[in-house]
Amino acid sequence: MKPFAALFRIRFTNSLQYRAAALAGLVTQFGWGLMTILGFAAFYRENPTGFPMTFQQTVAYIWMQQAFMALLFIWFWENSIFESIESGGVAYDLVRPMDVYGRWFTTISANRIARTVLRAVPLLVIALILPVAFRLVLPSSFITVVLFIISLILSLSVVVAFSMLIYISTFYTMNSKGIRIVVGIAADFLMGSYIPIPFFPDTLRTMIEFSPFGAMKNTPLLIFSGYLTGADLVQSMLLQIFWLLFMLLAGRFFMSRALKRVVVQGG
Amino acid sequence: MSLYIKYFSIHLKSQMQFKSSFFFTTLGQFLVAFVTLLSINFMFARFDSVGGFTHEEVLLCFAIIMSAFSISELIARGFDQFPNLIGNGGFDRALVRPRNVIFQVLASQMDFSRLGRLLQAILVFIYVIPSSSIDWTLPRVITLALMIICGGLLFFGLQVLYAALSFFTLEGLEFMNLLTHGAQEHGRLPFSVYGDGILKFLTFIVPLALIQYYPLLFLLGREEAGIFHGIAPVMSLLFLLPCYACFKLGLKKYQSTGS
Repeated sequence: MKPFAALFRIRFTNSLQYRAAALAGLVTQFGWGLMTILGFAAFYRENPTGFPMTFQQTVAYIWMQQAFMALLFIWFWENSIFESIESGGVAYDLVRPMDVYGRWFTTISANRIARTVLRAVPLLVIALILPVAFRLVLPSSFITVVLFIISLILSLSVVVAFSMLIYISTFYTMNSKGIRIVVGIAADFLMGSYIPIPFFPDTLRTMIEFSPFGAMKNTPLLIFSGYLTGADLVQSMLLQIFWLLFMLLAGRFFMSRALKRVVVQGG
Repeated sequence: MSLYIKYFSIHLKSQMQFKSSFFFTTLGQFLVAFVTLLSINFMFARFDSVGGFTHEEVLLCFAIIMSAFSISELIARGFDQFPNLIGNGGFDRALVRPRNVIFQVLASQMDFSRLGRLLQAILVFIYVIPSSSIDWTLPRVITLALMIICGGLLFFGLQVLYAALSFFTLEGLEFMNLLTHGAQEHGRLPFSVYGDGILKFLTFIVPLALIQYYPLLFLLGREEAGIFHGIAPVMSLLFLLPCYACFKLGLKKYQSTGS
């Protein structure tokens, strides 16, 4: 736990240095969220019965997605890890008395959390005081908030464990640019970054809900918005745990296999 | 001009040297556009129209914005990367060469992977142009061409503005992304659906609606649209003047970062 805390502190002070960038980022994320909501509102005016969720739930989904963007999108890659594998710098990581998988997992999570904290809080504050139609409405019960937070942590872990598989694949392919691009875009789409999963066609939707992609941002955001309740909620969170364990095991397996055959060139 | 063509072919050749890298980045660009297209189709599986526009009309709008944006990104990548150019001192080298600065920044980088996005737009055009009920008269064809060309130039102007601002801040300002990537992403729907406030802003402040909503009405033969709507894209080019002025102003104030 101590190394995690140290890493986290370093990353956090680091991000704090870029306050102007954080402000510009905040404006962007807010504007982007607002445009997305206005787009959905136009569809809603056309035919409210075509909406699989209530409008308020959709609004909550979008604001929370904007706020926790750095936590939940796949495409926030840690380029230094790719570079260290491609350049051979990974050898330094290997001689450290610290498990490499755990170390990377920690670094990635810490970076994502540090980035989020700076941006999420002001964005949520603004979203809470907007005019009623576009306002972020908090869940009515305290239990929902607790479940949301647990599910959010699980969600981050699934995202990081999934991205670890891509980092590890670099040991095998040596240039993961292609995989990174294709998997990143496909995964972000399938987990509901462009439109929430309830808006997908029914068959595809069911398939995604049982896949790892359904266990990413979909679950916490739908819990928060009040769309996911009761037995469905329990099932979704169990699926999150299942996929997390699955990805962790797969990641560790491929990592140890890769490390057995890794050859570091001198230099 | 011949110098530009030379740069163009050099960039093309150098990017073709890394074939697999070029293939994957182009594929990535294609996929980004493709998932946006899928989202449009998923939404229209539930809804017949949005703000008075049908599925085909929205697809047409999407393809126009996508082609305008990808053309400007292909050509004006240098301005997109401008904060780096200032940061690493590369811009100082441009200043001492006896050529126009804007020309040099323009020629410094080109990103051919954007062809992936353009390809997506072309495929949508191929599908939507015959299937839409538009009567393709000569004025309409001209308007369509104007939308793409002037749209490309307008996005280019925004990139110059982005570069100009980084003279003062020395770093890229992320909120400009809203006007470039955001306009491209949200411009898949005619801007009128976002409400009056947004439409006014995009008409009078940053005239993106002049290359999208107004001429689109003309293309679709809506009653309220006259020839004035058809040539609206040309008027949007006025926006290039303040962009250029900002760049000139920034250039005057420019102090090297010293690296």
